[in-house]
Amino acid sequence: MLLIAGLGLALLWAPEDADQGPSQRIFYIHVPVALTAYVCFGWAAWKAFRLLWKRDERADLESYTAVHMGVIFGVLTLVTGSIWARISWGVWWTWSERQLVLFLILFLFYSAYFMLRYSTEPGPRRARTSAVYALFGAVLLPVSFLAIRLAEQLLHPAPLFNRDGPQMSGSMFFTFCVCLAAMLTLAAALYRIELTGKRVDARLRELREALT
Amino acid sequence: MTGYLADVTALARKDLLVELRSRDTVPAMLLFVVGALVIFHFALPEDSSRLAAAGMLWIALLFTALLALVRSFVAEREGTVIDGLLLAPCDRSAIWLGKALSVFAFLVFAEAVALPAFALFYEPVTWELIAGVALANVGIAAVGTLLGAMAAAARARELLLPLLFLPLAIPLIVGGVGATLAEDPARYLGFLALYDLIFAILSWASFEYVVTE
Repeated sequence: MLLIAGLGLALLWAPEDADQGPSQRIFYIHVPVALTAYVCFGWAAWKAFRLLWKRDERADLESYTAVHMGVIFGVLTLVTGSIWARISWGVWWTWSERQLVLFLILFLFYSAYFMLRYSTEPGPRRARTSAVYALFGAVLLPVSFLAIRLAEQLLHPAPLFNRDGPQMSGSMFFTFCVCLAAMLTLAAALYRIELTGKRVDARLRELREALT
Repeated sequence: MTGYLADVTALARKDLLVELRSRDTVPAMLLFVVGALVIFHFALPEDSSRLAAAGMLWIALLFTALLALVRSFVAEREGTVIDGLLLAPCDRSAIWLGKALSVFAFLVFAEAVALPAFALFYEPVTWELIAGVALANVGIAAVGTLLGAMAAAARARELLLPLLFLPLAIPLIVGGVGATLAEDPARYLGFLALYDLIFAILSWASFEYVVTE
């Protein structure tokens, strides 16, 4: 519901941005998606920490699902960011856009997370290893951001284009907030659905093993 | 405390002695890094700047380090030495520290050959480059040993380790190349030191969780 409201507001009601016109509207999707991805990765790291600290086995599935959500939203961020770049600057990809580069690095990192999970036999070892890796991801986030900034100064100087900052007028800000809330709700809903599905799956497997 | 350090020294000595007797990792690393430097000559265009050469050196060092890391856990896996190590009455993180120290030593041996080769083929080597390499070694050894333990439990471990390692190595590359090329290398060296501190502590603390059955 919120998503529909958010999209409707974004596309129809918010005033056109003076610089970029209608293409700016993708901003309302792109940034909330990016923020949601961050929240998902943060949640995954928190659940991972709980797994290791409290030895709460259920947290493994929660962490895994959160990483999955994070990767989905991360890919969406990259795609919407790419579309925006195409519309704004005429190129599909630009290294000067720090957030996009950060998401690319995170995407690589968390894709490796899935490879790690699929290569390891299920069990407490896999749960613990995945949890440690998810925690590394959370730490990598700020470190990578610093690295990207340093790299920019050295080898990839930022061009003349600048991104819209968060200076938004009142109605734009409201639209933004609605979209953000919509994205977070969507993520939470997907998370819950997937988590339940995985839990049922695991329970089914347990029962099957117990019966044979 | 002395018990811990004694454990770490014993473990690091074990790895180094095994390498000394079998001589399989370090010679391969040396050949690989020199071979990579030679290939880069053919890969780079004629009038490339020193910027490109410095970048290529760091890539060569990174992949040589991956060689060392993959090898450092293969022996444990094959001989199930890791079970013996886990049964030993030492703190699990001492295993990590001992292994990381031996990986660091292998990297130093490889760089002792790679840096002169680089100076011969491309560019003179500056003190900032050596400092950057030393700091990056710490980061590679720390993170790589932890990831090696993670990958050792998995099926496609030789494939998995590079996959896990490369995203984490990106800040190291940035710091290293920056230290080599920038007018203000101190900032990049500081960044490398920060990375080392954060990830060494994190790896040291989480090694136990990764390696226990």
